[in-house]
Amino acid sequence: MTTRLFGEPVPRREDPRLLTGRGRYLDDLGAGALEAAFVRSPHAHARILDIDVSAAIEVEGLVAIYTWEDLPEEVGAPLPLLIPHPALTHGRTARPLARDVVRHVGEPVVMVVARDRYLAEDACALIRVDYEPAEAVVGVETATRSARLVHDDVPGNVGAHLVQEVPSAAGLGAREAIDAAPHTLSFRLDIERSASMPLEGRGVYARWDADDRSLRIYSSTQTSTSVRMAVAARLGLPLTKVEVIAPDVGGGFGVKIVHPWPEEVLVPWAAMLLGREVKWTEDRREHFVSSAHERAQVQHVRVGFDDAGRVLGLDVTILHDHGAYTPYGIIVPIITATQLPGPYRIGAYRVEFSSVYTNTVQVTPYRGAGRPQAAFCMERTMDRIAAHLGLDRTAVREANFIQPDEFPYDQGLTFQDGRPLIYDSGDYPESLRMLKELIGWDSFGELRARAAAEGRRLGIGLGCYVEGTGVGPYEGGHVQITSDGRVHVSTGLTSQGQGHETAFAQIAAAELGVPLERVSVVTGDTRRFGYAVGTFASRAAVMSGNAIALACRRVREKALRIAADALEADPGDLEIVDGEVRVAGTPGVAVPLATVAVLANPLRYAFDAEAARATQFAGTPSPDRPPVAEGEEPGLEGRDYYSPVRSTFASGMHAAIVETDPLTAEIRVLRYAVVHDCGNLVNPMIVEGQIHGGVAQGVGGALYERMVYDEHGQLLNASFMDFLMPYVTEVPRIETAHLRTPSPLNPLGIKGAGEAGVIPVSAVIASAVEDAEGIRIDRMPISPSELFDLRRAAG
Amino acid sequence: MTNIAVTLTVNGVVRRAEVPGRRLLSDCLRHDLGLTGTHVGCEHGVCGCCTVLLDGEPVRSCLTLAATADGHEITTVEGLAGPDGEPSPVQRAFAECHGLQCGFCTPGFLCTVTALLRDNPAPSEEEVLEGLSGNLCRCTGYQNIVRSVRRAAELIAGEDDGGPAGWPSGPVRTSGDAEDTGHAGPAGDAEGAGRAGIAGGATGERAGAEGA
Ligand code: FES
Ligand code: FES
Repeated sequence: MTTRLFGEPVPRREDPRLLTGRGRYLDDLGAGALEAAFVRSPHAHARILDIDVSAAIEVEGLVAIYTWEDLPEEVGAPLPLLIPHPALTHGRTARPLARDVVRHVGEPVVMVVARDRYLAEDACALIRVDYEPAEAVVGVETATRSARLVHDDVPGNVGAHLVQEVPSAAGLGAREAIDAAPHTLSFRLDIERSASMPLEGRGVYARWDADDRSLRIYSSTQTSTSVRMAVAARLGLPLTKVEVIAPDVGGGFGVKIVHPWPEEVLVPWAAMLLGREVKWTEDRREHFVSSAHERAQVQHVRVGFDDAGRVLGLDVTILHDHGAYTPYGIIVPIITATQLPGPYRIGAYRVEFSSVYTNTVQVTPYRGAGRPQAAFCMERTMDRIAAHLGLDRTAVREANFIQPDEFPYDQGLTFQDGRPLIYDSGDYPESLRMLKELIGWDSFGELRARAAAEGRRLGIGLGCYVEGTGVGPYEGGHVQITSDGRVHVSTGLTSQGQGHETAFAQIAAAELGVPLERVSVVTGDTRRFGYAVGTFASRAAVMSGNAIALACRRVREKALRIAADALEADPGDLEIVDGEVRVAGTPGVAVPLATVAVLANPLRYAFDAEAARATQFAGTPSPDRPPVAEGEEPGLEGRDYYSPVRSTFASGMHAAIVETDPLTAEIRVLRYAVVHDCGNLVNPMIVEGQIHGGVAQGVGGALYERMVYDEHGQLLNASFMDFLMPYVTEVPRIETAHLRTPSPLNPLGIKGAGEAGVIPVSAVIASAVEDAEGIRIDRMPISPSELFDLRRAAG
Repeated sequence: MTNIAVTLTVNGVVRRAEVPGRRLLSDCLRHDLGLTGTHVGCEHGVCGCCTVLLDGEPVRSCLTLAATADGHEITTVEGLAGPDGEPSPVQRAFAECHGLQCGFCTPGFLCTVTALLRDNPAPSEEEVLEGLSGNLCRCTGYQNIVRSVRRAAELIAGEDDGGPAGWPSGPVRTSGDAEDTGHAGPAGDAEGAGRAGIAGGATGERAGAEGA
């Protein structure tokens, strides 16, 4: 690499447009398009008896009203179950519009299309749907005990049940190992629901070109290639006649990986039928009740350990709340189950989960995707062990760490990608040492004592995690150098604020030896790159970053081959510096990449001066060779894919100092420290930003955010007034340090970073509050009033 | 429904629109006047994405009816840059300090901070937090937004030292290294990677600004 770009905090190239109002988000597109609105179920569980649209017909500007009965079979069929798994014996998905039964508040029942959204909502308000309400199933424990069923054909409301067991080295099962251990503990943990809650909701805008019989869809999605395939299949269109573009997307955090959403099927379908452009932009209330939530689990833990705190056996039973449907399979509880051991070598491990239906919004991954629950479980367990033995909490973790010389380390489990869960690299003892230094773990006692002398109550806590990142199956990259010397990079996965245009340009510029300004990057546009999986699981930098690097290497090789010919040099003697192919050590002997691009594409027609140099009478190097040599293709471009055998494992450790008010039980985070290891960093500024954002969401999940359902399945806090996301005043200053253990699995040595910040936060805050209060914390989030009640109960 | 004729001075340009009485100012700006830089994150006055300056004061355009803004002056994100497209100090600071990720909350923050620093060019830490406390961001964790405000204050005060005071990175260690490899940050870097200019001109108004 000739340019110091990889690893530099290069300013973001997306910022100029986003800072001047020139970003293009979904609702910024399609001026003049018809707009859709939906009548959604007000009941958590009900049978639809009748739908009367007559009053709505009169609304001025109304264009169309659709109920399930109006949909062709393919359009009205249940949405796909995206990730089937043998353990998901009773997978169920919704139809784009409810047919006869609604299973959560917010389920779409009628679609209205009108001249604008105001008028569409006017019509919605006049549509009368007759429901016969049924009793709702709310809460996982109710669901497993209840005789009421969310789906008539799913007994016990259990959609999936999965057990994984890894025996000890001596061949003991976890239960035996625990029974034989010197110490045992058992306890229960609870985590409540939260949600991704990007500030831009979902949205879709479709244009049907009747002359060309082609469909263009813009969607605020995390996966445009998959939306394309799903919609083409539903609407019976050839794939080549459907293009899907993710424009600027105002945050995703997981919820926008689900697809196709009902609206992603219905809006394009209506656009085709009506021959008009149609758009739907989700409003905030819709986002609360009709997209997806995550997190809610009840965990029962039994652990056996020795005098040093080493875990000899761990047995965890998880009840996972899946909401009303399972479009994204059981990825979330699988991740909880398999990432639970974290950085530890667990003697024997058994984990069992039941994934349970309730009459609430469906559960699909939200940043962290089951890992925050896993870290909460494992780290609370570590703290319990330390308390039981009277040991320092860091000492118990140290006693259990996988050591640096034990990599690759096989946890013996099957991960979410169906592959063995093998950690590729890491250095957990060093990470903990750095964390203790950063937060001042060893000197905290003095700080606490000084605060106590002033009547203040402080506590310190920590949490560790390992995160499988960069799951397959693959991503690709395409790189083209045009005759103006510009480098055009494209990859199929999408961006929601992660700075891919910058990070991928850094990779390409560094690999090709060209100035950054000459590189442009396009993501999430199927017109540019049709093969991709999507942005989730902290995979973009690992997957597309490496694919782009590999594609660049192909282009580079080709450029050197062509330039060698032109310069009559050996390709091995050439280097690319500043966009010029040079003979190393021979100043002045060089050819710009722009010219190489011209030479790479023999032309018949001269459309400009550059092109003239590649035409047939401009002096082909050798008249007895074909203009395009055998095995070559015209053009200076390359395409490659990165498909790893398995995930790469990032890790991190966080610590916090909290203060709890002795009177009001208010909890304040005074300091928050992060040590993070995601291997090599492409752009440390961006990685840092990802961690900040993750921690803030973690703080929200630990102290403020919850979805409050009443027993009838009504979401009581479906607005930003009542669902409390942290403002600047709620997020502490975040101090960070990076450890770097490069991944041996990919050419760039990188690991994912997108979800890291959020994973251990609930565990860390619980640990710190427990330390401050001397009261066991086993339920998150925790509010001041809950802490107040815990104090009272503790007497 | 009878429409109401409104005349707004948006980013210094007189604009006219015929709107139903219930039309929100946010929708009028975005969809009638084509100024889509103002975003809508909640439509119930909590997130601050839709913040614009009405006669210089930050208001939630999702809680304001277009009709009530008749005759008033409005500044949106499209109007923050200088006449030649030169980014305002606040815009520049957000670019330098990585004060945005997805950019959806950003126009609201930019308008809020512009007014904040105009009224109080040297805010204390407390005052910065207070000033930002009505705007939600789901991406950044606010760390770099706070830094951006401080940086913008520096720029406004003319304390342009050629770049921000280093990204807030802690030490970077490569496993197995004996020593810290140093701070990751552009501070002291001769190239001054932190000086992001704003490329291109401000969009200002679309063609035919008068009488939309
Ligand atoms: S959109 Fe106006 S405050 Fe949220
Ligand atoms: S940058 Fe995405 S919400 Fe603030």
